[in-house]
Amino acid sequence: MRTIATCLGLAALAGTIVPAVLFMLHAVPLDTVKSIMLLSTIVWFAAAPFWMKVA
Amino acid sequence: MNATAALDATDTDTSTSRAASEFERERVPESELKGPSAFWGMYAGEHTAGTEFMIGPLFVAWGASAAGLVFGLFLGNLLAVLTWRYLTAVIACDERLTLYYKMEKIAGRNLVAIYNLANGLLFCFLAGSMITVSATAVGPLFPAGAIEMPTFDSTMPTGPAWIVSCIVIGAAMTLVALKGYGVIAQMGHYAAPWMFFVFLACACVTLGKLDTLDVWQLLTPPPGTEQKISFLGIVFFSWFCNAAMHIGMADLSVLRFARKPTAGWASASGMFLGHYVAWICAALLLVYWVRAHGVDPTKGKDPGTMVDDAVGWAGLICVIIAGWTTANPTIYRAGLAFQGMLPGISRTTATLMAGALCIAAGIFPAFAMNLLSFVGLYGTVLAPVGAIIVVDHFLAERLGIPRDPAEHAGSTFNVNVLLAWLIPVAVALYCYQVHHVFASYLPLPCALACGFLYYLLSKWSSGRATAART
Repeated sequence: MRTIATCLGLAALAGTIVPAVLFMLHAVPLDTVKSIMLLSTIVWFAAAPFWMKVA
Repeated sequence: MNATAALDATDTDTSTSRAASEFERERVPESELKGPSAFWGMYAGEHTAGTEFMIGPLFVAWGASAAGLVFGLFLGNLLAVLTWRYLTAVIACDERLTLYYKMEKIAGRNLVAIYNLANGLLFCFLAGSMITVSATAVGPLFPAGAIEMPTFDSTMPTGPAWIVSCIVIGAAMTLVALKGYGVIAQMGHYAAPWMFFVFLACACVTLGKLDTLDVWQLLTPPPGTEQKISFLGIVFFSWFCNAAMHIGMADLSVLRFARKPTAGWASASGMFLGHYVAWICAALLLVYWVRAHGVDPTKGKDPGTMVDDAVGWAGLICVIIAGWTTANPTIYRAGLAFQGMLPGISRTTATLMAGALCIAAGIFPAFAMNLLSFVGLYGTVLAPVGAIIVVDHFLAERLGIPRDPAEHAGSTFNVNVLLAWLIPVAVALYCYQVHHVFASYLPLPCALACGFLYYLLSKWSSGRATAART
């Protein structure tokens, strides 16, 4: 479970920043950036509690 | 009832409700100590916050230079981290007490009540400004003009819809703060990496919209811009914007749970991600609105609208959560402050009181819009007390003055502490009000003067006490 959550979490972080970088390089439109970032946000908050344990 | 008896009475109460207690009036036991990951996440979450969306643009409004933002912020944040590591964390791990309980041992219960009132009120105003920032994220969810957003020159509520937005967001923040330190640490821990990437994404989108990668050129104010903050001003602002937390020792309440003083390095996550990268990213958002939409930088643009325009819903969620993860520990600390003032009340009641005050402060944009000055004054009033703790902890025995004097003398009001605290603060507030000295220059001299005065007064009074006995 934790491995899946880690993979999803990392993918969500990538989905938060990579589209914006691609927009900066004029590779994707802004609407696409916004949609992927929202999806990544949802995935992040679903995965983080299973991945990140507070000591 | 003397101070010791009063403490004993409260300790008994604490022991009977241990499950609900967070060791407010006793040393944190070994079994409750937390590893460093809790602090890295918490600091990153707390300082990558809603107010960063406000401070970055305020630098633009104040005409900060590119060198000031890039090098001045770096230097100031480095000094802040070193202060946390080598002062706050060392004392926190030696004493393992809250700031309020430690102050009670030095200053006496009745004087701490006065300090707690000032502390709690200032914490509430700070958390209130975070509620203000979060509430700007509600505006873009409704048709344009439905909720009038405040600008940098707003001081009063902009309308009923704005007030309702602040109340709803502030109430949610208070409910989470009621859950205590564990939930706060978890929330900050989960949100911090994502929030940081949203700040970065805002900057990337802004650079894409402005069609340039030359950040230095974008951060350079146009010729003729009035520079209201110098390089040194930026260094001191970034060093002392959290003066109450590090040199003022408010973070004793958090770092007392750390296994080792090295947990103080965790503040670097907050300083360099939040107070460096995030401030610059947020500054770029306003640079875009100034250049592309002709917005007057001195009036600014509300964070919610800027972030929604840059990255959409993810940004709006970030504005709310960024305010939330910072306001939560602040409301928690304010609750501890009020509980220290009124030990008979539960932490739940104290936190609810703090939350209500924060919401009231959040409704008025004046605090958030004057954040560069407010955080300096907040540090000026609260940081000197930390200098007294530094003298008591590191120097008292070497200098021949008593440690924890109020506890040993059974005193409830240590006049030495009152004078050492209020005299420098009064002089500093005079300099700010009459001579318009930038507020962030004041906490350091104020703290040094306070520590020195405390030593002189303690030496004098202990000499008199010895002479009276002989």
